[in-house]
Amino acid sequence: MLQQAFNGLVGGAFYALLALGLSVIFGMLGVVNLAHGAFYMLGAFGAFIALDAFGLNFWIALLLVPPLLGVAGIVLERLFIRRLTPLDPLYNFLFTFGLALILQDLVKREYGVSSQPYPRPQELDGTVDLGLFTYPAYQVFVLAVSVLMCVAVWLVLTRTRVGMIVRAATERPELTRGLGIDVGRWVTPVFGFGIALAAFAGVLAAPMRAVNPLMGADLIITVFAVVVIGGLGSVFGSVAAGFAVGLVSALGNLYVPALSQILVFILMAVVLLWRPAGLFGREEAFR
Amino acid sequence: MILTRLARSGRGGWLLLVAGLVAAFALPWLIYPPVALDIACWALFAASVDLLLGFTGLLSFGHAAFWGGSAYCTGLIALHTGMPFPVAIAGGAVFTALLALPIGFLSVRLSGIYFAMVTLAFAQMIYFVANQWRDVTGGENGLQGIPRELFGLDLSDSFFFYYAGLPFVLAGLFAAWRIVRSPFGRVLVSIRANPDRARALGYPVDRYKLQAFVLSAALAGTAGGVFSVGHGFASLEGVYWTTSGQAVMMVILGGIGTLWGGAIGAALIVQLQDFLATAGFAETGIITGTIFIVVVLLFRRGIWGTARHLLITRRTPATPADVAAEPKKSVDTPV
Repeated sequence: MLQQAFNGLVGGAFYALLALGLSVIFGMLGVVNLAHGAFYMLGAFGAFIALDAFGLNFWIALLLVPPLLGVAGIVLERLFIRRLTPLDPLYNFLFTFGLALILQDLVKREYGVSSQPYPRPQELDGTVDLGLFTYPAYQVFVLAVSVLMCVAVWLVLTRTRVGMIVRAATERPELTRGLGIDVGRWVTPVFGFGIALAAFAGVLAAPMRAVNPLMGADLIITVFAVVVIGGLGSVFGSVAAGFAVGLVSALGNLYVPALSQILVFILMAVVLLWRPAGLFGREEAFR
Repeated sequence: MILTRLARSGRGGWLLLVAGLVAAFALPWLIYPPVALDIACWALFAASVDLLLGFTGLLSFGHAAFWGGSAYCTGLIALHTGMPFPVAIAGGAVFTALLALPIGFLSVRLSGIYFAMVTLAFAQMIYFVANQWRDVTGGENGLQGIPRELFGLDLSDSFFFYYAGLPFVLAGLFAAWRIVRSPFGRVLVSIRANPDRARALGYPVDRYKLQAFVLSAALAGTAGGVFSVGHGFASLEGVYWTTSGQAVMMVILGGIGTLWGGAIGAALIVQLQDFLATAGFAETGIITGTIFIVVVLLFRRGIWGTARHLLITRRTPATPADVAAEPKKSVDTPV
């Protein structure tokens, strides 16, 4: 059971990383990025292509692919998202939906629907003795790196001047502008950073999950449910909910396998019934 | 009475109604009949989405749950009871209305983008249920061989079945039109325009939203039922989230808040996909996604909306109803 719980935390790490990027973007731009799953998929394919075509190993891909896709995100924000942000947020939602369709089918056209093989990095091929059970070293690495990443983002947001500006701009954009801070300047890098986070999760996923064009499509909707559970617009809430949902679905898989995929949505329904703003959300954030 | 009211809305209304009906009846003569039926079903599906998006201000990104859910339910009734297909379709519509009740109850507590996210998530739940409940839904194989039973009539030819299915679609579209023009529909438009004011005027906003949601789901269910009987199968694709997106895309392409625009969007998208499929191009998302993006970026009024806008600007001033139907906050100037 402990092992299953550990599986859940590793799965939750992906939810947390994706939910983190999603809510940072949402907080700053008011954009719900439906293409987030597609960028996660592109991250995994980026790692695959780096190895397949350029012979670059996992570590280089982990350092290289997220910034590259982050730059792609910046271009995307500059060219398109920016034009739609003054409108009803639904338009950006629909824009990113169209984008997700395009990205998915472009990759599908190039590589087909079957999964691409991606080896684990040699350094992490073994297992680790965790006292009560042994566990694949790679999974332990994924969990550790994801937790570190979430903590790092948390520290940047709460302890640095940049984080202060981003938080202020998220909560009161007008007032922040009134205090002489150029909010618009921070919007683009934050979007790029959110995309880079999704790509980072994608590279991490490549050695342990099936790398195929549809890998992000189903995941992203579960991440939506995670974000709703954690509290809309709450960065801490979405990370916490990410790990919690991973844990719950893994334990659900153990005890009620029939409900394992559905459990997260039932959880979401309960949260909506009990606290419509989510566990860590504020009431004013959603009306 | 309804007809006189329609006539009073302008001479054009009559002409458009006649033209629309002629087009609906002539369609299987002009194009491949199964495609014609697809267009009719998707037109009603799009209208059901527009009822929420254009007239209540709620973007449901989970209507595939009702379209596909009804397809399964209709198929199951037809397969296991051997009832005539209209009974099966009615059963499917009732089932979706019941399904929409809890989903809507939870979703209408949120508005705007959150509503879209939550409906999307619930629809995905229905997808997983359909995927896992193999004994009933057939899992990845779906339901096959749904009969077109109607008192022993031979409807195996899709040309004839089109005319058997069309009444459901027309009735659904008529119902949508009636809802929009009713006092109930005017309240919905007022909720779309300003929910707080509607609440202050004493309208129970959430209850109205829920009623609109259930009605809309029943219409989507009717469309899905006709679709599943027409094709003889119900599949997982019907409950998948891209199906919801496609219906929304048709609405935007035709014009939000126009009700009939969705039919134009449906005709274009279904034909395009049919064309791509015959040409052997499987990755339709590249094309449809691009169209979607272009429409959202540059052509937010949609086809019908643009045509109406041109007419209105020619004979000013605009009527309040038309103003209400414009997409909220759709200013093109960036801040």
